[in-house]
Amino acid sequence: MKDNTLLQLNNISVVYSDVIQVLKGVSLLVEQNKIVSLLGSNGAGKTTTLKAISGLLKPENGKVTDGTLMYEGKEIQNSAPEDITRMGIIQVLEGRQPFKYLTIEENLRVGTATRWGKPYKKDMELIYDYFPPLVKRKKTLAGYCSGGELQMLVIGRALIAHPKLLLLDEPSLGLAPLVVKEIFKIIRRINEEQGTTIILVEQNANMALQIAHYGYVMENGKIVMEGKADELKKNPDVREFYLGMGASGLTKSYKDVKAYKRRKRWL
Amino acid sequence: MDFLIQLLVNGISIGFLYGLAAMGFVMIFKSSSVLNFAHGELLAAGAFIFLTLVTWAKLPIFLAFVITLAGTFVLGFVIERLFLRPLIGEPLIYVIMLTVGLASIFKGLMLLIWGGNLYIYPDFLPAHLSIQMGSINIPPVYVISIVIGLLFLTLFGFFFKFSSQGIYMRSVADNQTASLSLGVNVRRVFALSWAIAALVAGMSGIILGIINGINVHDLSSVGLKVFPVVILGGLDSIGGAIVGGLIIGLLETFTGGYLSPSLRDVVPYIVLVFILLVRPYGLFGLVEIERV
Repeated sequence: MKDNTLLQLNNISVVYSDVIQVLKGVSLLVEQNKIVSLLGSNGAGKTTTLKAISGLLKPENGKVTDGTLMYEGKEIQNSAPEDITRMGIIQVLEGRQPFKYLTIEENLRVGTATRWGKPYKKDMELIYDYFPPLVKRKKTLAGYCSGGELQMLVIGRALIAHPKLLLLDEPSLGLAPLVVKEIFKIIRRINEEQGTTIILVEQNANMALQIAHYGYVMENGKIVMEGKADELKKNPDVREFYLGMGASGLTKSYKDVKAYKRRKRWL
Repeated sequence: MDFLIQLLVNGISIGFLYGLAAMGFVMIFKSSSVLNFAHGELLAAGAFIFLTLVTWAKLPIFLAFVITLAGTFVLGFVIERLFLRPLIGEPLIYVIMLTVGLASIFKGLMLLIWGGNLYIYPDFLPAHLSIQMGSINIPPVYVISIVIGLLFLTLFGFFFKFSSQGIYMRSVADNQTASLSLGVNVRRVFALSWAIAALVAGMSGIILGIINGINVHDLSSVGLKVFPVVILGGLDSIGGAIVGGLIIGLLETFTGGYLSPSLRDVVPYIVLVFILLVRPYGLFGLVEIERV
């Protein structure tokens, strides 16, 4: 194991309700200060992987049954989320999930839960600096804010906790292309300025590979491909299935029946 | 005219008591969506602990009061730890049925220890607290119930609006998964809400005991009266609990005064039905913010 490894998943399996196996031996490695992107279609197990890391499987009756999760040299599989968050791993849930009846500012204050009695005013300034649209919404109930503002809010809320490892689950979900661009720019800035390590789960492979350093492709609860982001971008299979381009770089057409066979190889 | 004002004052102070009792009920519902059917028993427990400390242990009133509050706080904590925590993650209906069971257990225990007799506290409230205006007389215990009601309303208001712990509690009520993901200690929030609820219930039990005397059956049936109060005010609104309490209190005293004392327990429920038809989420309950 190299020195700058922050998190290492060793062949982990996750089972829900003792019967449904979702992850079938996932291994991945996350280095310090890097953005690692996790790609894959629906139901591939990306979100489950994140929840296995953050400990949020438990309330959903899921369990890591096999393998180890090493974070800063400690095994953390199946730990309680209260403990994992206090070690510096914060997950931003899919679909935003703000506290609807709390104002923006109160939402951000919940981010201080992992530490006791420390001032939060300075952190707020930092968040408003990253996400200027939130400033004039300070006193608004989160339930009445727009999708883009909410995505900024939930990322900001997680940042208040000073995470060492930030798990982002589909930050682009249901947002306008321009807003997505803006948010990805901020994600990269956070990574560069705060040195926060980020695992980014995305459907929007194109955007994700633009800011990520390294990428993994998941399918059916397994990692089927990995590589540096630049290499993944050039890989013909990734181009075709995740970036929506034909192998030749043109938009895919139904004439290309071979694609079906090639995709099958992964399953 | 004097009769009207007297009824008004009585109604308001009884109303504050109901509101206070309902406040604890709302605390639990707000953080964990559990309807606590043992709330009346918590009320009675507070009244009896205080009674024991004052008449049997002969402690000074103030000390007895503080110990009772601390005791009910711990009682709430213990109830959560022993009975509620093992059920976290189970369907809500189990938890609610559990509180029904708890109610019977507590009632039985209290009947076993203190029996079904009516007790009264020694007269300890200073008479100069009473307010005399013309022919209207407000007895000290009513003054105290209004003062304590207002005090706790503001205290809770500030607690939920500004303190970190209060904001965490609201966040758990709002979205449990999201608060877990941010490291909010959900179990601590549940424990705290039960403890605070028991404390507030115990206090309103003491004051009700001063007004009506202390009897296991009477006090625990107030727990049932909490339902029209909270449903009227909105199950998840602390302010609504007070307003709902005031409305029910006033309705009761006015029906008792002008119509017939035997009707006073029925009218609140009749009004409740009509309010629910118009505003099913109560007067101050949260209207679901729907986002598409």
